[in-house]
Amino acid sequence: MTRDKADAANRPDGRTAAESEPGSLRLVATLAIAGLLSGVAIIGIFEVTLETITANRARELREAVFKVLPGVELMQKLIYKENKLIATNEQEQDELPIYGGYDSEGQFIGYAIPGEGPGFQDTIKILYGYKADTRKIVGMEVLDSRETPGLGDKIYKDASFVANFTNLSVEPEIIAVKKGKKSAPNEIDAITGATISSKAIVKIINNTNQIWLSNLPEPGQEPELLVVEEESAADTGRGE
Amino acid sequence: MAKDQNQNYEEFVKGLWRDNPVFVQVLGMCPMLAVTNSAINALTMGLATFFVLVGSSFLVSSLKQFIPKQVRISSFIIIIATFVTVIDYTLLALMPKVHKELGAFIPLIVANCMILGRQEAFASRNTVKLAVMDAMGMASGFMIALFTLGAIREILGDGALFGVKLFGDNFEPWIIMILPPGGFLTLGLILLCFNWFTVRKQQFLEKVAAAERSGA
Amino acid sequence: MNAKDPELLLEHAPLLQQGMSTPQAMRDVIYSLVPVTLAGIWFFGLSALLVLVVSILGAMLTEWVFSSAENKTESLWDASALVTGLLLGLTLPPGLPLWMAFLGGVVAIGFGKIIWGGLGNNLFNPALVGRAFLLATFPIAMTTWNPVSDVDGFFMVHATNLALPFMHVEPDAMTSATPLGLFKFEQEATPIINLFLGNTSGSLGETSGLLLLLGGLYLWWRRDLDWRIPASILLTVVVFSGILGLFDAERFPTPLFSLFSGGLLLGTIYMATDPVTSPITPKGAWIFGCGIGCLVVLIRVWGGLPEGVMYAILLMNAATPLINRYTQPTVFGRGKERS
Repeated sequence: MTRDKADAANRPDGRTAAESEPGSLRLVATLAIAGLLSGVAIIGIFEVTLETITANRARELREAVFKVLPGVELMQKLIYKENKLIATNEQEQDELPIYGGYDSEGQFIGYAIPGEGPGFQDTIKILYGYKADTRKIVGMEVLDSRETPGLGDKIYKDASFVANFTNLSVEPEIIAVKKGKKSAPNEIDAITGATISSKAIVKIINNTNQIWLSNLPEPGQEPELLVVEEESAADTGRGE
Repeated sequence: MAKDQNQNYEEFVKGLWRDNPVFVQVLGMCPMLAVTNSAINALTMGLATFFVLVGSSFLVSSLKQFIPKQVRISSFIIIIATFVTVIDYTLLALMPKVHKELGAFIPLIVANCMILGRQEAFASRNTVKLAVMDAMGMASGFMIALFTLGAIREILGDGALFGVKLFGDNFEPWIIMILPPGGFLTLGLILLCFNWFTVRKQQFLEKVAAAERSGA
Repeated sequence: MNAKDPELLLEHAPLLQQGMSTPQAMRDVIYSLVPVTLAGIWFFGLSALLVLVVSILGAMLTEWVFSSAENKTESLWDASALVTGLLLGLTLPPGLPLWMAFLGGVVAIGFGKIIWGGLGNNLFNPALVGRAFLLATFPIAMTTWNPVSDVDGFFMVHATNLALPFMHVEPDAMTSATPLGLFKFEQEATPIINLFLGNTSGSLGETSGLLLLLGGLYLWWRRDLDWRIPASILLTVVVFSGILGLFDAERFPTPLFSLFSGGLLLGTIYMATDPVTSPITPKGAWIFGCGIGCLVVLIRVWGGLPEGVMYAILLMNAATPLINRYTQPTVFGRGKERS
């Protein structure tokens, strides 16, 4: 209290402490009430928008998975735990998930594997579809990137570049070659003028393959489609 | 009553041109440079700022006698931050694509010096009505500035406005315009024109005044 | 009059006059650029001539507009705008759309010079400001290189040159990479003799090492350039790339290749030595040159782009006021004390 008074005595407007100085209790109370009201407002808006936001995110992910795995109608999250790939529908984020794609009868079609790595400007995040039986990549979608507009952004704007990834062998590894020189099934045409961005994509896929491919089960032994997932797929579909 | 109307009008209009927060006061440069790479981003940012500024000016002005002077800045920030969070979640729910582009700059509206500045300089010492008029004027001025910059940058950088192509397929985009340097260049040129115009107007008025004096 | 009778000079300082004025220096630069310009036109045909003319036009027009607005038209006649336009033109690819070359000239003078307050006040070399703007704005057009034209192709103007303003034309199939690009992305070395004579693809004035060196020698003979800057740049590049070559001769270019490829000679002789934007003290000139040399090798070897001379010079331009400040000789009589 005494310090408050000393401060107030030095105030430029010359008013005395007695007429303008509220007690520190009042100050704390004001801030507490303001904080409380603000907290209530924030919780309110969070609750109101949560459903739409979750639905948006789920829809985005589903759309990306369906895009990189042609023919897929249902999907579920897969995680690698105790040397086995198992299906899960928990929200936990500590394990790196991949996604399994199934047709409408629940037949396994392929994996959608997310990967990320450094691009020309910033981290590029991609999702690509992989079929274990043919050992081929069947689709690639850039989820997030800040590559140079007009040059590096062709990694998702240039349809002919994206088409490189519709039937691409992963053995022994993917190689980017100069445009027009593609000759082997594991080669892609790099984008003229955006060699670095093109090679970044290739590197991301190669690195991610190294982590995942040896951990995938033999073809035919993929995790079954959980029945619960079907419900939750329908659940997330409500946001559409 | 008429005087009241006049003052309301005056408080609104000053933010549009004479005291334009961007072109004259040069405030709020961070969102100005960062998110104006397309008209829609600029406009969304402008609207979000409008909502935050008008909302917090209204609250600050109506609560001014309850807020002790010693904690006013903290209280203003709490109020502003609440509005920012509300608009952040609303955009995330309603316009996820635009929200992704605007990224961290929506939460950063809290740090926009223009908003805190209006609370401290105006809303906390004027009536609710005047505070809201002032906030609307300033926010509109800010929005106009953002939109001008965003439109110029999108037209040159992408050959489009609101995503509608204006020049056909063979348009050569000015890539620099959608990159950060383009923001600096465009803003600098606009400020140049603004100052040039202001100086010219001043000179003209002085000339007229001198002519009148010598004539009389 | 004999030697024992010395003449007493009664003049006030400065006693030494260096009969050198801006227009004269600019004339020297233009004369020294004639062979390089002619070679560029010879190698790349009529297109090169058009690009040069248009970029000079852009620069001169901008200078004229702003100098007549301020009633200071004399700066138009000291030919500095002409030199800026010409140097800018020499750093452009021959197939560049003409409207871009024009815009480059406008930006070079407008942003590179006028905005700072005219010749003598600019921090950055105007021609390089114009080029940097063009490279950042039109990265594709600025890195689409045409091969050297044959005799038949001399009068053929590239379709890309004639693109309407704000538009572009798909390049004809005849494009080729520069020696530096070939080395960086294809690990393919170009014979030194071609780099020396100039029949490789590249910016229209950068290809012939021989003629650039001749121009540099002429300027040095006319005392228009501070020899320390080119010497230190070239020496640093040779030493630095030589050291790198010791580690891995396959991956890093040889010193000779580094010296004659890309815009190194053009930038070293004509842009780094710009008296306005380079340090005034001898020691400063050495620091400036070493800085440029190191940056060039660093950008070329580890950067995203194959060529880095322009950015190296612009960066060191920015450091010039600092270098000037720290290399000022101590005022006589003050000893080691620093104010």
